[in-house]
Amino acid sequence: MDWGFILERTFSAMIGPEVMIYALAAVGLNVHFGYTGLMNFGQVGFMAAGAYGVGVTVFWLNWSFWIGILFVFVYAAVLALLLGIPTLRLRADYLGLVTIAASETVRLLARSRVMKPITGGVEGIDKFAEPFYNLSPFELGKFYSLGPFKYLGRDVWVLMVGWTLLILVTLMVQQLMRSPWGRTLRAIREDEDAARALGKNAYYYKMQSLMLGGMIGALAGLIQVIQKSSVQADTFNPVITFTIWTILIIGGPGRVWSPIVGSSIYWTLIVFVENTLRQLPAGARQTLQDTVELSDFNIGMLRFMLVGGGLLLLARYRPQGIFGSREEMALDRR
Amino acid sequence: MWHTRQVPFRGWRGWTILALAVLGVIAGAQTAAAQISDDLGVIGQLQYQDANGNKVFVEGVDLSIDDVGGATTDKDGSFRIPVEAPGEYTINIDPATLPAGVTLRDPDRASLQVVVSENGDQRIIFPLVSGEAGAVANAAAAASEGNWSVRRVSQLTLEGIKLGLYLAMAAIGLSLIFGTTGLVNFAHAELITWGTLMAYFFNIYGLVGFLGFLSGWPAPFGGGVNFIIATVFSMVMGGVLGYVLNRVIFRTARNTGVSLLAQMVMTIGLSIFLRYVYLYFFGGRYRSYGDYASQRANSFLGMELTTRDALAMLVSVIVLVGVGIGLTRTRMGRAMRAVSDNKDLAESSGIDVEKVISQVWIFGGALAALAGTFFGFDQVKWDMGTRILLLVFAAVTLGGLGTAFGALVGALIVGIAINWSTLVIDSELKNMTALVVLIFALLLRPQGILGKKQRIG
Repeated sequence: MDWGFILERTFSAMIGPEVMIYALAAVGLNVHFGYTGLMNFGQVGFMAAGAYGVGVTVFWLNWSFWIGILFVFVYAAVLALLLGIPTLRLRADYLGLVTIAASETVRLLARSRVMKPITGGVEGIDKFAEPFYNLSPFELGKFYSLGPFKYLGRDVWVLMVGWTLLILVTLMVQQLMRSPWGRTLRAIREDEDAARALGKNAYYYKMQSLMLGGMIGALAGLIQVIQKSSVQADTFNPVITFTIWTILIIGGPGRVWSPIVGSSIYWTLIVFVENTLRQLPAGARQTLQDTVELSDFNIGMLRFMLVGGGLLLLARYRPQGIFGSREEMALDRR
Repeated sequence: MWHTRQVPFRGWRGWTILALAVLGVIAGAQTAAAQISDDLGVIGQLQYQDANGNKVFVEGVDLSIDDVGGATTDKDGSFRIPVEAPGEYTINIDPATLPAGVTLRDPDRASLQVVVSENGDQRIIFPLVSGEAGAVANAAAAASEGNWSVRRVSQLTLEGIKLGLYLAMAAIGLSLIFGTTGLVNFAHAELITWGTLMAYFFNIYGLVGFLGFLSGWPAPFGGGVNFIIATVFSMVMGGVLGYVLNRVIFRTARNTGVSLLAQMVMTIGLSIFLRYVYLYFFGGRYRSYGDYASQRANSFLGMELTTRDALAMLVSVIVLVGVGIGLTRTRMGRAMRAVSDNKDLAESSGIDVEKVISQVWIFGGALAALAGTFFGFDQVKWDMGTRILLLVFAAVTLGGLGTAFGALVGALIVGIAINWSTLVIDSELKNMTALVVLIFALLLRPQGILGKKQRIG
């Protein structure tokens, strides 16, 4: 077993692109769920909106990449309106039903034959992110290492921009939640009827929260497709949403830094487990393959089983998260 | 308070059954993996006869199979779309890509069903006509059987009712679980898939044959059992899984006072976990049952239906009528509706609420398994429940969350609406109709057709 390789991968995963992207999406979900109590089960739909915001602009309209970034937010806001209008006056679980259905529909629509001229269909869209990489001060194909971390030049550039955005967005959310607006959101989370009795229009506040969190999710989707240099409908699978939920609950919903902490813990764990299993001595691998079918494909599936099992156990035994406090907890109401 | 009562943990029976079942799936998957040939596909050659009677091959026509992929014909008019596994597929030709003057002989048949066996490529023919003959035939067809022909609408309605009946069986359990516990069970999709997989394993491997080392036993133990018996066993296993999930996971959660929202997140975790356990052991391929995998359609009144589907629809109707009678006439059914209606009142009038909830999970699981068995006729796949979960949600919400009869009404409406929608939109997008139905239902009548207003706010 090559422990050096495993540790290198694990360290690089600790602050790698996935951590940054999922943390950003989880910041959006934290605005929804952690601060407002909205059960958004379709965060991946907002990520897809962000991805296609830039993808469609470049691919179909042939407009500039930078104009596409504006559309990222337009699409997310429109999606939030579509989802919010029918559901935000109703009980919490209706939003859950509609968002999970809508996020899957966005994926099916994007990969359909009919939309192929616009979204690229199943093949998706690539070659749209050059303007971003042209600004890179790093050599794209060269490896850079700093201490235990080692990344390709293109990833270093994505990481620099991404982490800057992530910190800025997190600080923005922190300030917003300290403002009267944020306190109203938390009041609605704690007791919607009381907030309404004080003259706050809970419906509008919830809609604003849905839009804000959705736009942050869309930003995560944008960075994800820039990092991958391709927009593929099937990467926006509903299970991504629940990976983000797991990350948020690990860190503790309703806390400012929990998305980053949760994301880092989650990805470090996953990368460590997967790489260790892949690096097992051939004999042990063969035994595992014969007894519990641990093929290469199935090692990749383990993470989803961990997400599912982890979400089940966390929601059951530690709904406030590993570091959260019961006071900032929306999952435990009612 | 009843929900704070501490019940000692007695789930060992459940765990044992679950462990046995998972063991069975493992063993079954191991034996199954060897039987699949790798090189499967749908092939064909597009050609027509010109005015002089010469064969002309058509190049550059797009064909596709839903969820699988597509191909374009080469200069010999040939195409090949590889598929992953044997099963029934729908292949579509894009008439817009045919050269000018060339049309399908029968414009209604731009989508054909094709059954791929494990032996290799399956050939399919799209008859083409050109020039005057085509134009005349086309005009005649358009006059009598356009897009909106009576025949097409009635065929779609029939398929809609079929889908609606299956959906109803899946939806009743979901709705009753919500009614009795207030929980939206996202893992219901996995109960549906469970039914399909169980029917598949009983049908292919027999009663105990999925326990690898017993596969040498004679049928019905080692070899496959008849599909009808397999269906019954699948329903039993569905009930068992429903019971176990409630007993081991959700009953203890209720008793320790875990909030409903937390329980809802638990069902999502459970759903993902089970789904990837299925994928882990069953693999990502499409498979099909040993019996009734392909049948010729019978024609009556201009509509086409296979005997298999007709029987399945008949069984569904009988089961649904039985459920209706059971809910209104039997003691147990009335208790279920009473708990669903007002839990506290039901409890204070002497109904054992936990027992009723347990029964609801068992019946819901068995019905979902039966629905899954029927949904599996087209193909058996690890995530088929998730694919139709959107439809089940739409049906339940439209009918009214918590009402069993609402689920039935909602399911039929959703089933028909989805099939009718293909009159105006691409069939690939038909499931989107469910989302549209869901959103409109919430905008116009959020409590659902048969629901009560108090539940929604």
